Parts: sequence; C-alpha cells; structure tokens
Amino acid sequence: MSDTLILTKRWGKPDSAALRTYRADGGYAALDKALGMEPAAVVDEVKKSNLRGRGGAGFATGLKWTFLPKDVRPRYLTVNADESEPGTFKDRYIIEHDPHMLIEGIAITCYALDIHAAYVYIRGEFAKQARILEEAIDEARAAGILGPRLLGKKDFDLEVVVHRGAGAYICGEESALLESLEGKKGYPRLKPPFPAIVGLWGKPTIINNVETIANVPWIVANGGDAFAALGVGKSGGTRLFGVSGHVNRPGVYEKPVAYNLKKLIMEDCGGVVGGRKIKAVIPGGSSSPVLRGDEIDISLEFDAVKAAGSMSGSGGVIVFDDSTCMVRALARISKFYAEESCGQCTPCREGTSWMEGIVEKIEHGHATAEDVAKLEQVAGNIGGQTICALGDAASMPVQSFVKKFRDEFLRHVEERRCPYGDHGWGLDQSSRPAVVGGVRY
Amino acid sequence: MLPALRLGQEVFGYVSPAVQRLAADRLGTSPARAEEVATFYVMFHTAPIGRHLVEVCTNVSCCLTGGDRLFEYLKHKLGVANGGTSPDGRFTLREVECLGACGTAPAMLVDEEMHERLDPKKVEEILGRLE
Repeated sequence: MSDTLILTKRWGKPDSAALRTYRADGGYAALDKALGMEPAAVVDEVKKSNLRGRGGAGFATGLKWTFLPKDVRPRYLTVNADESEPGTFKDRYIIEHDPHMLIEGIAITCYALDIHAAYVYIRGEFAKQARILEEAIDEARAAGILGPRLLGKKDFDLEVVVHRGAGAYICGEESALLESLEGKKGYPRLKPPFPAIVGLWGKPTIINNVETIANVPWIVANGGDAFAALGVGKSGGTRLFGVSGHVNRPGVYEKPVAYNLKKLIMEDCGGVVGGRKIKAVIPGGSSSPVLRGDEIDISLEFDAVKAAGSMSGSGGVIVFDDSTCMVRALARISKFYAEESCGQCTPCREGTSWMEGIVEKIEHGHATAEDVAKLEQVAGNIGGQTICALGDAASMPVQSFVKKFRDEFLRHVEERRCPYGDHGWGLDQSSRPAVVGGVRY
Repeated sequence: MLPALRLGQEVFGYVSPAVQRLAADRLGTSPARAEEVATFYVMFHTAPIGRHLVEVCTNVSCCLTGGDRLFEYLKHKLGVANGGTSPDGRFTLREVECLGACGTAPAMLVDEEMHERLDPKKVEEILGRLE
C-alpha cells in the first residue's frame, strides 16, 4: 500500500501554520496552477479523483459540485468544521497544523465554482482553532492571495469568513448548519430542495467538510487520476482515521482510504492496552453500527464497511477491550443523542429519551426482558421517520449493540446488576502517548 | 445573531434578557428570536455563572480514559452538582458532550481553553492557577 501523505505531511514542522513556511513547502502553487485552467477543468479533476465527502456520508464531491444550478448567483461555499461526532477529532488538527492548506482548497473550490463568499462554520468549542484559522486568513488576505485578485493574478473577489457555532451537535447537519449561519437555532430543513439548489439565504450552496476541501490542492497539483490511484473503486485518496479508546497509541493516522481496520488498530496503534482482546469497535463515529472484535478484518473504504454492516462515517474509530460493559457504553451513547436531539421531530425527541431511559434501566439491573424488546421496538420506530439523520444516528447504535451483544443485555436483566462494574472505564494516561499525524502528544 | 449574543455574553457575563433584547433590537428582529437562539445553544448562559467555567467531557472516549471519574472528583471537590457554582463563586462545573479530543482524552474546557490527557493532578494544577 502507498505511503503517500497528503494532509499530514507538514504536521509537526516548526511554524507549520504560517504562510511563510507553507509557501516555502510549495503552498499555493496548486492555486496558481488552477488559475491557469478553465474552472470546468478543475471540477473535472475533482470528479476524476473519486474524492468522497469526509464528513460522514461519503458522497462524491465532484458530483455534488455539479448540482449547482447554472444561472443562479450568488452561490456560496460553506465549509463544515463543526466536528462533533463522538470519536471524531481530525479536522481540528488540519486547522491547527496546516490552515493554509484548507484556505488554498477553499480558494481553488471557489474559483472552480464561481463562488465569491465562503463561510467556515466551526464549532464554538474550537476557540483556539477558530483563532488560528482567522489569523491565517488575515495573513493570506494581506499577502494578496485572497481577493480582490486571487494570488495577485486574477480578478476574482473572494471573501472567507470564520463563523463560530455555540454548542450544538445538530449544527453539523448541513441544513441545520445553514440555519445557524443565518442566526437561528439549528433546526434541520426538509429536503428536497437540497442546499446546492436552495441553501444559505435561499441561494445555491455547496457544503463540504474541512478534510474534503483540504484535499483539493493536492488533487489539482497532482491530477485527479493520481488521487484516485491511492484508493480503490469509487473512493480515491487517503483519509484521516482518528482512533480512540483502549489502544496503546491513540491518535490520527493518515492512511489510504481502503486501509485495513484491524491493521490500523493492531499495528499502527500498537494493539490494545495490556494485551487484552478487542471486544468491539465503532468504525466511523458513534452513530455507526458497532462491530464485534471478530468482524474487524475489513477495508475501511466506505462501501466495504457498508458491506460489513456498518459505516466508515467520519473515520472516528473507538476501540473497546473485553473488560468493557457494552450496555454502559450504549447508555452513554444514547444519553448523547437524547441530549443533542434538537426536538423538532417527535420520533427523535421522544424516542431518544426513551432509549436513554431504557438502556440506563438495563445497566442498573432494574429491567426485564420485555424492556430489551421495547428498546428494539422504539429504535425501530425512529429511523427514517425524521427530517434529518440524527434519528437514524441515534437508533443505529442501539440496534447494533443489542443485536451483537444480546447476551450481555440479558445477563444484566437476569443478574439484576451490571456484571462488569467499573472495568475498562478509566485507563491510566501516563504511559500512553497519543500520535497525531506523526506528532507525539 | 450568534456573534451578537456572544459579544453580549463577553461584556455582561451572561446572555440576560436585556442582552437578548439589545441583540434583537440591533438586528431588527424580535426578542423571541434572540431568546430562541440563546436557549438553544449550550455555550450561551442565560443566568450568571461563576468566575471560571469548567466543562468536563464524559462522552465515550473520555469515559474509557476516566472522564466520568474526573467529573465525579470535581463535583466532590467543589461541592456542586452538574451545572452548579461553588459557594465562593469561583467555579461553575458542568458535564459536556464530545469536545473532539478523543485521542487525547480525557478532556475539559476551562473558560473555552482546551485541556487534554488529564488526570486529577493535572486538573488540580490547572484550577489552582485560577483566581
């Protein structure tokens, strides 16, 4: 497999976030190249690259870009830096270590799509990252890279604005994000119409994840075919996989899209702490269905993980060792969705609280076998019944945890207590460094 | 609206009804709109809080590395429940959802500054530096 690094190659270098070092390493050469191309040719390269959205859905980026109606202006670009899915922690490091790579990606994308205003929606908790990105944008603007003339060469006005959220998981959902940008509470919109047709302030809007856009300069510099060649089938390039939980070296690893999940955990992350066995792995953020320890010898490519019954999602891999109580793990996940349901749709607003309550009851040994059946019934009545995907995101973990670890749920019922106690909850940090794109934390 | 309420919170300490009215007035919208936003997002405080805000993540990856123990420890130390303010007004403590620091868990925010790879000793040092 290829060792090519696209996103993390500059992480850890001195002053890697500064414009000076970015340019010294060849930064903004891709923008220069793009400006010598027809905008449509840039879009073609991205289509050829098989770049798929890194935010979770894995939708083909080039195809999404073609959904913009031809004759409606203005159009907007919105970059989703809301990164709130439990287990996901990658975009923040792109912004911390290499913000100009993102800015260059934004500039190329806007040039390709004739967009003159881009908004980066960053979660409110990332105060430091918002500051770093704003400073980098100011630097790029002062250097004449962003409008009114791109790179000082092409008349093309471009404004890039950082907009901070204020604490709401739902605002990572693209239409809730638009509502929030417009200054409202984050209630997702009914689709269709999709944002590419009716988006921000009613205008056509492209919404892409930070990691997605950060890949664009490399694609333009090296060609879409070269990016596609790093992957397999309809998925090109490398991806950032964030691994957390019971591994010896948690962190962010840049690997080809089709990298093997077991290899990532056992080799790159040094296996499980204390040499214990893997009980379960969540492969793509907390909403992706859980896999048993014996189901992880799979490719992480979007379609391969789907074939294995889960989702590659946001690339957030959470590892549980064999001492961990899966009911307790699900209780915490269910609490999260109950907390973050925006309350707009009844099945999700009511259902998430019901699920949280029932799982808690099972964990504490107060439940009956009927409660386990009721839990499955409630979960089965949320997915597909709501405006946005949060309802599905909340019910998929419940359904998969119960299906794959039914014995554990029933043991809680039979023994009227949690048979696992506190095991697995509270790993010692001192001897366990994190490795983020090759940098030790 | 979000930047306006954030500014109001920075100046007045919390998003009081007066701040909401001011923001609505300046933006030419109704106070109900401002209240709707102020109460939707967890980073807006609609009541006064302590001098320092301590927010501990207890989501899955943080709990696997001791996030909930840390939260229990802080509740005990400060003598407060979730969302409570210590009697001396120094700290408000609350449990929060995933902060995006799962690889360097457990994590907490103190006055919007992220602290990672925590243990009780490190938490003591961080809080001890604050007035």
